[in-house]
Parts: sequence; structure tokens; C-alpha cells
Amino acid sequence: MADPMKIRATLQGDVADVRVLMAHPMETGQRKDAAGKIVPLHFIQTITAQLNGKTVFNADVSQAVSRNPVFAFKVKGAKAGDKLSITWQDNKGDKRTDEVVIGAGS
Amino acid sequence: MHDTRRTVLKGIWAIGALASAAAAGLLSPVRAFAAWNKGAFEAKSAIDAMRALGMSSAEDSKAIQIRAPDIAENGAVVPIDITSDIPGTTSISVFIEKNPFPYTGTFDVSQGAIPYVHLRVKIGESSPVRVVVAAGGKHYTTAKEVKVTIGGCGG
Repeated sequence: MADPMKIRATLQGDVADVRVLMAHPMETGQRKDAAGKIVPLHFIQTITAQLNGKTVFNADVSQAVSRNPVFAFKVKGAKAGDKLSITWQDNKGDKRTDEVVIGAGS
Repeated sequence: MHDTRRTVLKGIWAIGALASAAAAGLLSPVRAFAAWNKGAFEAKSAIDAMRALGMSSAEDSKAIQIRAPDIAENGAVVPIDITSDIPGTTSISVFIEKNPFPYTGTFDVSQGAIPYVHLRVKIGESSPVRVVVAAGGKHYTTAKEVKVTIGGCGG
């Protein structure tokens, strides 16, 4: 199981400013290891964000996303105390979900 | 008496509305993970990927802003901020034209997100970063050149 994501969600009015850092190698399938063998493709393919259980954002991505991916997006209609969960799934079927409670922002 | 009956009826309507809203929420297409568009992701040119996604007829637009460095020192981590000012934007797609597989991803903002996304990408060699925005069934595009001094692929 992969390491937990770091998710930060802060409110600006009724918009939640979400930043997420995922721990993932995002191998492109082009890199060679020390022994000269190609490291196989291993990357996050889909990302879904839910606000109180309702999908508000999703993404399909390729191996061109950097290692330990960082994404930011903005969700409308959020308020302090709402639950925001983010799920990713990679090309090997590994997946991870983490949840935060949206804090009151500036 | 009559008032009570009205209230009760209203109550029933309200419950009905809630129930149908809940049902809509549950039944709305929670996109299956299998929807990942393999053909587009494996295309070796941006135009082929755009064709696979039905975006090849995108017209140029100045209402899409791409914020990315002009010169990226490290192609392995290039931050990109994309904002679309096009009304009714439903998704934002990114193509790095000179990467071995240009199609980098699509961000669906139609279900309650603002048309903005930040991501960090690998760029193998200096390349235009092309963004295609879907809005109201049409596609709009713009591109920004990013120069890379150290590549992000293979390294």
C-alpha cells in the first residue's frame, strides 16, 4: 500500500482550494535502472475527488506527470467541516483514498 | 384542517424531491476507472491523441491561460497552471507535443470544480504545451512553448 497523500483544503468564500501531494514513482517505462534494465511503466491513471461523497473533480493522467505528483484544483460550494476525499488508481490496480475535513480559510 | 393537509402535501413533495435528488446523485455516472482512454494516451503525436479524443477540430482561443516557465531548468518537474475563462468549461486536457506520448491528461471540472488546474509534468525536450478546453460541446485550444535545459524522460 502506498504512502498517504498530503491533502490541504482551504476555503476562500465557498470555494475550496485543494492541493494534494501523492507518493508515487510515476515510472515512464523509459528509464533504466543501475543494471541497465528498463524500469516498467508504473503510474497513476485516474484521480477522483469527492466532496461529502459526491464526485466533484476527476482526472485521467499519463506517465508524463512528475514523480510524487502534485495537483491543485478548486471546488465550488464547499463549507468548513465538509469532507473531501481523493482517490487515485495506478496502472497496476493499486489504489489509495485519503480524506480531509475542509478547514476555515482566510 | 385544510392548512394541515397542504403542509402534509408539501412535506410529501419535499421528500419526493430529496429522494429523486439522492437517486440522481447515486445514479449519476460515477465514471468507471476503465474509462481511461488507452488509444489517446498511447498516441505518439498530439494530433493523433486529439483525434482519439474527438478534439482535433479545436479552435484557437485567448480565453485559456497557461502559466508555465518559459525556461524550465529541470524537465522532470515543470509546474503548469491552467485557467479557462470560457463559459461552460467542462474539461481541460494537456498535451506536451514533443514528449514520446504527448497526451498528458484530462481534468474533468464539470461536476462542481472551477475550470482551473495545477499539475507538474515531465517534459523531455523543449516543446509546446498545448491545452484543449471542452465547453458546450466545442473545443478550444492554446499553446505555450516551454524550453527545457535538462530533460525529464529517461534521466
